[in-house]
Amino acid sequence: MNDMRTVFAATASSLLDEDPLAAVVLAEISADLFAKAAARHPERVLNVGIREQLMVSVGGGLALAGLRPIVHTYAPFLVERAFEQVKLDLAHQGARAVLVSIGASYDAASSGRTHQAPEDVALVDTVPGFSVVVPGHPDEVPELLRSAVGALDSRSTYVRLSSEANRSALPVWPGLQVVRSGREAVVVAVGPMLSPVLDAVGDLDVTVAYTTSVRPFDGEGLRALGLSSVVLVEPYLAGTSAFVVSSALAGRAHRLLSLGVGRSELRRYGTPAYHAALHGLDATGIRRSVTDFLDAPVV
Amino acid sequence: MRTYAELPGLMTVMTGDEKHGPSATSTLDVLWVLYDQVLRVSPDRLDDPGRDRFLLSKGHGPAAYYAVLAAKGFIPESWLAGFGSAGSRLGYHPDRNLVPGVEIASGSLGHGLPLGVGLAHGLLARGLVTSRVFVLVGDAELDEGSNSEAIVYAGAVGLSNLLVIAVDNQSSSYGWGAGGIEAHFAVSGWSAARVSGRDHAALASALSASGSGPRLVVAAVEGKSVEGKS
Repeated sequence: MNDMRTVFAATASSLLDEDPLAAVVLAEISADLFAKAAARHPERVLNVGIREQLMVSVGGGLALAGLRPIVHTYAPFLVERAFEQVKLDLAHQGARAVLVSIGASYDAASSGRTHQAPEDVALVDTVPGFSVVVPGHPDEVPELLRSAVGALDSRSTYVRLSSEANRSALPVWPGLQVVRSGREAVVVAVGPMLSPVLDAVGDLDVTVAYTTSVRPFDGEGLRALGLSSVVLVEPYLAGTSAFVVSSALAGRAHRLLSLGVGRSELRRYGTPAYHAALHGLDATGIRRSVTDFLDAPVV
Repeated sequence: MRTYAELPGLMTVMTGDEKHGPSATSTLDVLWVLYDQVLRVSPDRLDDPGRDRFLLSKGHGPAAYYAVLAAKGFIPESWLAGFGSAGSRLGYHPDRNLVPGVEIASGSLGHGLPLGVGLAHGLLARGLVTSRVFVLVGDAELDEGSNSEAIVYAGAVGLSNLLVIAVDNQSSSYGWGAGGIEAHFAVSGWSAARVSGRDHAALASALSASGSGPRLVVAAVEGKSVEGKS
């Protein structure tokens, strides 16, 4: 099976062939995957070298010229290093782009903190006009990317790719999808968190809802489930979407448990699976958190 | 249409100052020459894809910019009096979403040139090969490292439709050494010229020259104390 990055590059290359206004801006990362597309479309596949500020600004300038730019590199360099460019050269200008990151949270566990940005979604969420989508499986990437490029007339999108993936893909849907039903709580699994969540709650009487769209978040779908206990399982900074869930359930008695990547710097290398366990995001950790939450007396 | 001699009067409407010091007018002559003689833009072709693009990257002290835009009919002169007030479209830093003819929203330094690189690429990708991108920066603005990324890259890929005007009032704390600003661009493959920022004929000539690769025109004006990071 191809990983999300490979599928993304293939889909973006097809978009370059189909759409004379589509463009891709790179800062060395993944340039090899776009070599053929660059040979076919040298004016619309731009590798600016190891210059992430310039990469995002060039995306903004392309948009001002009427193009539909896809801007892509490793998550910390795309979102954190060039954050003012995202804020000013895209949003403040009214210029729109699709930002596509790889290297989600602890994908690069063995590389250490410099290559990790679990804060990315929280940061992008402060920028007006951005949607955020988090595919859970490589097969979900083509449609999510095409939708994001197709929506550039009205909004920018941050597409967060990961080397972690669910066992199987689900149909792409903008809202919450109920994967299984139960009565005690709803566990919302974002992107690649679905498989560990399903493994964690196998014998618990809970609903599991899946989403690839975290901004906008399907608050209406959450309300419609009618469950007052909510567990949010996000593959990035814990609590990133807590305020969105709270807003969706405002005026309704509810309790919320937000699971995700912790705030402390671990200073550990190793594998993504090891880091998932350290953050309580493997099936064992999720199960422990959910059962504690369900067993806790409601005061 | 207004004349150059009427610009100080328009600026007085904005600032209330009867006299304008060198800092307020460091860009005035460059802006006038651009809009009067060089740029292929006009109020009746604001959305023409084939127009030239002028990016005021150094967004500080925009009174001269607004005065020129009013003098050339891009904005009503009646807007000038409210400069910076709650109901005004004219802020202390310009916003392209509020002011007709303004191509970028600026203020934070070091964004205009990198945006201009993308815009120059985009115009070429759309086949708009006669449109040019002009970016005005200040000499102290070039302190920002984002400019260095753009200077090296634009020179390497030879963006011939990109021209930078660096208004040099010697306000960078550490300067640019014996070779001046132009040496830093030239080493990356830019053609470069230095002219008086008050000499309209020399400015018009330097800003109209064309060649291969991106071009820098340093417009030298009177020195002043450090501006920008206030």
